[in-house]
Amino acid sequence: MKTILEVKNLSVSFNTYSGEVQAVRNVSFDLYEGETLAIVGESGSGKSVTSKSLLRLNPRETTMIKNGQIFYHHKNILDYSEQQMRGLRGAEISMIFQDPMTALNPTMTIGSQIAESIKKHTSLRGMQIIERVIELLQLVGIKEADKRYKQYPHQFSGGMRQRIVIAMALACEPRIIIADEPTTALDVSIQAQILELLKNIQKKMNLSIIFITHDLGVVAKMADRVAVMYAGKIVEIGLVDEIFYHCQHPYTQGLLAAMPNPDIDSESLYAIPGTPPNLLQPPVGDAFAARNKQALKIDFLEEPPMFKISDTHYAATWLLHKQAPPLLPVHQQLAQEKQKEREEKPLFDTNNPFLSLKEVKQYFKLGKNTINKAIDGITFDIYKGEIFGLVGESGCGKSTTGRSIIGLNTITDGTIQIDGQSIYDAQTKQEKLAFHRKVQMIFQDPYSSLNPRMKIADIIGEGLAIHGVPKSEWKTNIYELLDIVGLTKEYANRYPHELSGGQRQRIGIARALAVEPELIIADEPISALDVSIQAQIVNLLKKLQKERGLTYLFIAHDLSMVKYISNRIGVMHRGKIVELAESQELYDHPIHPYTKSLLSAIPLPDPKLERERQRIIFDEVKYNANDRANEKFIEVRPGHFVMLTEDELMQYHQTSAKGILL
Amino acid sequence: MIRYIFTRIGYMMITLFIIILLSFLLMKALPGSPFNDERLPETQKELLYKKYGLDKPVPVQFGIYLSNLVQGDLGVSFVFDNRPVTKIIQERIGASAILGFQAVFVGTIIGLLLGIVAALKHNTIIDYGATVLAVLGISIPSFVFAGFLQYWVGVKLGWLPIAFWNGFEYSILPTIALAVGVVATIARFTRIEMLEVLNQEYILTAQSKGLSNSYIITKHGIRNALIPIITIIGPLTVNTITGSLVIEKIFSIPGLGEQFVNSIITNDYQLIMGTTIFYAVLFVSVILIIDILYGFIDPRIRVAGGE
Amino acid sequence: MTAKITEETKHYPADLFELASQADIVSDIVHRPEQSFWQDAWRGLRKNKAAIVGLCIIIFVILLAVFGPFMNNHGYDEQNITRTNLPPKVPVLEHLPFLGLNGVDGRGVDQYEKKGITEYFWFGTDELGRDLWTRIWQGTRISLYIAFLAATIDLIIGVAYGAISAFYGGRTDNVMQRVIEVLVGITGLIVNILLILILKPGIISITLAMVIVGWISMARIVRAQILKLKSYEYVLASRTLGASNQRLIWKHLIPNTLGPIIVATTFTIPGAIFTEALLSFIGLGLQPPTASLGTIVNDSYKLLRIYPHGMIVSSIIISLIMISFNLLGDGLRDAFDPKVRK
Repeated sequence: MKTILEVKNLSVSFNTYSGEVQAVRNVSFDLYEGETLAIVGESGSGKSVTSKSLLRLNPRETTMIKNGQIFYHHKNILDYSEQQMRGLRGAEISMIFQDPMTALNPTMTIGSQIAESIKKHTSLRGMQIIERVIELLQLVGIKEADKRYKQYPHQFSGGMRQRIVIAMALACEPRIIIADEPTTALDVSIQAQILELLKNIQKKMNLSIIFITHDLGVVAKMADRVAVMYAGKIVEIGLVDEIFYHCQHPYTQGLLAAMPNPDIDSESLYAIPGTPPNLLQPPVGDAFAARNKQALKIDFLEEPPMFKISDTHYAATWLLHKQAPPLLPVHQQLAQEKQKEREEKPLFDTNNPFLSLKEVKQYFKLGKNTINKAIDGITFDIYKGEIFGLVGESGCGKSTTGRSIIGLNTITDGTIQIDGQSIYDAQTKQEKLAFHRKVQMIFQDPYSSLNPRMKIADIIGEGLAIHGVPKSEWKTNIYELLDIVGLTKEYANRYPHELSGGQRQRIGIARALAVEPELIIADEPISALDVSIQAQIVNLLKKLQKERGLTYLFIAHDLSMVKYISNRIGVMHRGKIVELAESQELYDHPIHPYTKSLLSAIPLPDPKLERERQRIIFDEVKYNANDRANEKFIEVRPGHFVMLTEDELMQYHQTSAKGILL
Repeated sequence: MIRYIFTRIGYMMITLFIIILLSFLLMKALPGSPFNDERLPETQKELLYKKYGLDKPVPVQFGIYLSNLVQGDLGVSFVFDNRPVTKIIQERIGASAILGFQAVFVGTIIGLLLGIVAALKHNTIIDYGATVLAVLGISIPSFVFAGFLQYWVGVKLGWLPIAFWNGFEYSILPTIALAVGVVATIARFTRIEMLEVLNQEYILTAQSKGLSNSYIITKHGIRNALIPIITIIGPLTVNTITGSLVIEKIFSIPGLGEQFVNSIITNDYQLIMGTTIFYAVLFVSVILIIDILYGFIDPRIRVAGGE
Repeated sequence: MTAKITEETKHYPADLFELASQADIVSDIVHRPEQSFWQDAWRGLRKNKAAIVGLCIIIFVILLAVFGPFMNNHGYDEQNITRTNLPPKVPVLEHLPFLGLNGVDGRGVDQYEKKGITEYFWFGTDELGRDLWTRIWQGTRISLYIAFLAATIDLIIGVAYGAISAFYGGRTDNVMQRVIEVLVGITGLIVNILLILILKPGIISITLAMVIVGWISMARIVRAQILKLKSYEYVLASRTLGASNQRLIWKHLIPNTLGPIIVATTFTIPGAIFTEALLSFIGLGLQPPTASLGTIVNDSYKLLRIYPHGMIVSSIIISLIMISFNLLGDGLRDAFDPKVRK
């Protein structure tokens, strides 16, 4: 394999308000021709800074490259002049950014934005450029490219815009593409399309790709090799199988264990405790030691070197030193324990559902003649003590459903009953307060869900104040709540901005628990958090459910996490629940074409599986061509409901009769 | 879009109506205004009574007043021997227009340059210098600046004429005095917009294509920064009108502003009303034009979204 | 692969490879300084030197406006034709001729000596022989009073209007916004002039005239901010806890709108001072004997070519006030805007 790019001992720092942040610390790696190297890490791990340094795109005023070399074709590009660098950018190495909504200039047609780099780096002129633009647009799968190249970015959907960004990166046939979280802002099915597109193009053009991501599923799907970054360093690097099946660094191990694997039924996720270190003062020794329950003494004293495991696999952990004691990774110990205490399936009182929705419709008036049917007739029950998962892509109405149940919207039609009573029965102030004590909500964004002007104690205490708990009891109550969500008393006097994302989410949970609710609506409670933190929050939610007999409506787009936490799952599509079943049942026997495509689009953190998997594509046009007006929500298998038309039901019965279980 | 324009025109009409009603009521209310000045000679009074139907009920009077207005009749000035106000405005508008356009033109160009340079040299001495200039320009009242300009450049140094309106050199000092505010406003706004745009991700995209800095700044930076600048044309018009009142008075320029200030001093109510309505129409039209212009220039509004 | 592998074979003391005790494992607390919103904003403001200078000047000017007139024995309306148009003369500083504070006028004549006056007039006197020091600070007091009064009324009306419009939304908002759309088209100056013609110039009428369209920008700022906040999850969270409207407004919406409100008010004040001065300049200012900074600038402008000291002193003070408020406003905007600080 030919090395195309070589990074040696790269260190990059930022000057910020509070001092020098050592974002990248002594990073070395190679990139081979035609391969995909994934750089994985949580936010603040330095992965984006590393990738931008390769093109020297970090803001010049604040960034300092402290040390290191970057060799492209054996020339150190850190010695290049700006002029030389510009010859490289776009022509030899190009970049794809995270958010296609902001990566394109809104006032320039997409055609001329693609043409810019062609004009700069090639000898094509005039009509030739337009032809090349159209060719590129076709390459990335944009239909009617000859007409659409004259359009503006806002006339394209998010997925289409990302395709345009890719076309732009490919314009001058570069050798390397750096993709910085290119699918994070997209829905799973669009993500799957974009990933496949990148793979195809890579094969066609023999490209090298550096793929920056935090999503281990995407890594498993895309990467040939993986570099794991933590606190500005590469802690482990190796072939994708080596990283996924034989990882050595405790951080990598923890990260993998923190991801739910839908194929393995485990009771509790492994969660890495704590939060990543502050790179204003990077810790001495192994940066991960503070979060590693099995840290060695030397981890706090000396930085581990890169130990060689195989020709392709290296890891920076003292555990690989010949003097190190043999240790079983923490998560494996836990898994062994958990295996013993597997419980039986819980039983729910299905006759008296705690929450019951019947033909609920929620329409929003957008203009004079346009109506957004956010929820279009959904019916489902949630039993006491159950966790009900609601999944779907953005805009499918899942969050609206949650907000309608708690009364943030007034529904257009249908009934919502909680504990046998319509939520609109509450008329007097007392009744309304009683309703709010029953149902509470946990929100998505840990940054906008806490009032920045209030202390943590006041935030958690708000429910106590509203519901007339005597002031003398607040303090003990608040301390107790902090303890329940795993925080110490000291947090009570702090302000939200002093807390990390995961800690803020814990405060949000404590606030909801303050009024001792029976039903909690969790609206994407983990989607804004890093993988290692997600597991902490999910475990906390699950623990609370068990200890307090809570009922959850868990809304999320991440099917693997929903499958892990929920007893039953409803799949939403365009304001309707198209399939509803117990989670294992839904996962094993999806029937609705949309569910199937959704399941197949989720990248799983298992490279071997990813290589074999075929994606099922949901053909919306064909689906809508069926007699949708007469579709019904039919119980196809026990407890398994699917939205089907007569024809589709017949088809299903025929295929299942033949023994082909889909 | 067409519907939007019509709604805007509707609001514009209501606004104008309110201003006209206010001026009409003022005429009715004030002692000494032509509608109820006891000292007016009988012949003139009769003329007025006939013209404005002053013997009829108030709403009818207002109707007559309105219909006169629509026909372009703003009444007559009693101070200026019954000359029609429309005529006076026509005579006076020339100097004001020249002064206004010169100031806005010069001010805009300098302001844009200053703002763009300041943004590009963000956090350098140039940026601070431009910011200080802009703060001074916005803070120092125009009459103070004009007064000292006249005193030092005109009187002490004797370089330029300090009053009247007899050719280009007479317009230099007043133009500078009026342009200072324009420069400051535009420079401030441009700087902020430029900084905002330069922080956008599409600038990074452009950089990653290997385009040169000057190309990125002009094609992606300035173009996008300039679109929102259209929105400050409104306040700028007000500032220029306001400024012209003072500047024209200080430099004794025979423009509308000077006339307006004089009419206030001499209690020439018809002229005050007429000019007020003229200014109101001017301002409301400018706002309308900006709104429409914005829709045409920004493709996000001009071209409806697909998919 | 180019990793260093020299240390791999190095030998370390064996006890380093024991498991670390739990005490070595750092607890999970992010070390950030504990700061309230106000402390945080103040910290941001303090870093902006220009804003701090502005703040100091404002405080200094306010002190002088309050105490300045009592610092000598002259009344602000005390006329004396034997000492008209005296240039400034200040003890001690009079010995530094280049400062021009030695009582010598533009033609090199020591007016104090010529008129036989032994007193010191720090800012000189005007054409009626009134002490300019006393008059200017008295005028500053009036100007600031009008400005603060106008800003306060703008604030009350604007915040109430904007908050109601945004909070209740729907039809209420629609109607209230249409009203604003109509009012925005009216130029402030024109309304000012018309109203003062009706009401006759005076502190209250000038203030009222400024307020009549002045509150609109405040209302728009508050409305935009509250509309934004309304969709924030902490407001939704409070609603799901069953919070009353009062609680939402006073605990969540208003405190988080304070930043923009303070900034807008800081910019309203120099605007009001300017408008008042402008009205004086076009003959609609306060009537004598009451004087404001605007009327003093206007009066002394007439004497600019012969006795420039009055114009110079009063212009410097009005400009200084305007600059200071603008600098402070800029600083506050940056301090309250989390985007600027990271």
